[in-house]
Amino acid sequence: MADALMAAMVEQAPRSKGPRGAPGSGNGDGLFHALCFSAAMVLMATLAGLLVALLIGGWPAFSRFGFSFFTSSVWNPSGTPDNPEAYGAAGPIAGTLITAFIAMLLAFPLAVGIAVFLVEFCPRRLAHWVGIAVELLAGIPSIVYGMWGLFVLAPWFAEHIQTPLLLDLDPDGFWGKLFSGVPNGANIFTASLILAIMVLPYIATVFRELLLSIPPYLREAAYGMGCTPFEVVRNIMLPYIRRSAVGAVMLGLGRALGETMAVTFIIGNSHALPHSLFDSGSTIASTIANEFTEATGDLHVSALIALGLILFLITFATLAAARLLLGREKL
Amino acid sequence: MANGVPMASAPRHLRRKLTNYIFVGLTSIATALALAALVMILWSLVAKGLGGINLAAITQDQPGGGADMGQGGLRNGLVGSLILCAIGMAIALVIGILSGTWLAEYGDASRLAGTVRFINDVLLSAPSILVGLFVYELLVSHLVGHFSAIAGGVALAVLATPVITRTTEDILRLQSNQLREAGMALGAGKGLVIRAIIWRASRTGLVTGGLLGFARISGETAPLLFTSLGNPFLSVNLGQPMASLPTIIFNFALSADDNWRRLAWVAALIIAVFVLSANIIGRALAARGSSHK
Repeated sequence: MADALMAAMVEQAPRSKGPRGAPGSGNGDGLFHALCFSAAMVLMATLAGLLVALLIGGWPAFSRFGFSFFTSSVWNPSGTPDNPEAYGAAGPIAGTLITAFIAMLLAFPLAVGIAVFLVEFCPRRLAHWVGIAVELLAGIPSIVYGMWGLFVLAPWFAEHIQTPLLLDLDPDGFWGKLFSGVPNGANIFTASLILAIMVLPYIATVFRELLLSIPPYLREAAYGMGCTPFEVVRNIMLPYIRRSAVGAVMLGLGRALGETMAVTFIIGNSHALPHSLFDSGSTIASTIANEFTEATGDLHVSALIALGLILFLITFATLAAARLLLGREKL
Repeated sequence: MANGVPMASAPRHLRRKLTNYIFVGLTSIATALALAALVMILWSLVAKGLGGINLAAITQDQPGGGADMGQGGLRNGLVGSLILCAIGMAIALVIGILSGTWLAEYGDASRLAGTVRFINDVLLSAPSILVGLFVYELLVSHLVGHFSAIAGGVALAVLATPVITRTTEDILRLQSNQLREAGMALGAGKGLVIRAIIWRASRTGLVTGGLLGFARISGETAPLLFTSLGNPFLSVNLGQPMASLPTIIFNFALSADDNWRRLAWVAALIIAVFVLSANIIGRALAARGSSHK
């Protein structure tokens, strides 16, 4: 292919001299430029199309329910005269935000630990392989996480954590209320746990790159003053990457918010607002995945697409913030 | 300084050392936890997936509910997944490489290029289920009118394109300007320099981008649920619904049928092997490419 192009170039070279000897004109350069440009424009059109499609599709639901779409947690696709068809997104929105938030709470300290360990304490050869292993976690498809969560994590969690807690705690006390729920392992917390494992490699990898980008003289100066590695990390290295680290966390948050399959398998899928940490719930993405193909009414479809639009706006805001904080390179 | 260390600081010294040891311990535990998660997931995959593999698993189509244990296979899903990924990759490679080229060579530092980069980054991390909704609205409910393999392929393309755009741009920027100048000195135009010299020198990187894009889409489930839908029979008709491994997993894993669950694990193992090897080969190529520089 390239050889043929070379040959074509040699052949056309004499003809291609423009009036001022401009090289290359007439080789289809203009066409090639146009092709590349239109490919880039296709990207822009895709995002615009995505937004427009969600707006148009979700409009009937927004206009029908207005602001109550955000505040109501009634989700009733099968309308009867006594109990009319109605949709409120409060449950899925709350589920999305809560699971993503808990996932970040769990993943953040682990990610800092991994990054610091790999950069400061681990022998370099080993660090290379451990780093690859951590990144492999990011490569596992989300449906595999879902299956593992459903068949391995959830039963284990129900038997070894949820049931003992249920038996030991006073059901009316604070802790009893926090940990109440059907002991089947499919709940908000296990969904967050799976999400935490899934976003961990993304955050840890960015943290590691950030730590590696710290100028060596800063660390050396601190060590030279007699600081212990802990003091160097806490007082010099972590403050240095603070701003970008927040960006990395936002990036992980963006992933956690939109994650679909793994959560769908394990969150329990109920549309009510969750009452406890071990209560079943739903996220925006899991609701769409579960119901979209079965939705028969136009209003139901529209409500699901409206949910999609809300998810898009939340993740877009998160990602935009991540990008502002991180600069381009790390996203 | 050396003689100025008072005796009183000995306990403090001890405390600092102790804190440090605890800290090192905690960071090692964090790393060990992540590795343990990886090992546990891979172990369940292998333990539950390998046991279910038999010849029928790749030569027969998916069984009906209630079939005997060991009956039926994943042929329709395997073929479907390959076709869907092929459509997705064909579109994504063309658009991704061309737009990555535009960003690196033509757009460069312009405002428009900055916007395109930002949009590409958004698409790169956009929830895949929204891409499914978008393609559903565009193709399934309007242009084509029903679920089809084409719609599934397009949805996968939307997911793979940003990955390829990004790697293409990064890899083209690594090529030195001398290479471009040398080409132009021979009388080649900018487009020709890019096609015949820059692309050629970046071959490995472009392959890496393709592999990473493939790894991104081959396990994707959410966007396929309402675009290619799934199909219990072997189908190669692009205008009709088509089966795929991820949608089969989604349907089978949540069922109560043991034979279906067995096939779900087999399918999960197959997908994981595909995705992880594409990831590993991609990384290895990228590492080899950068060690030359």
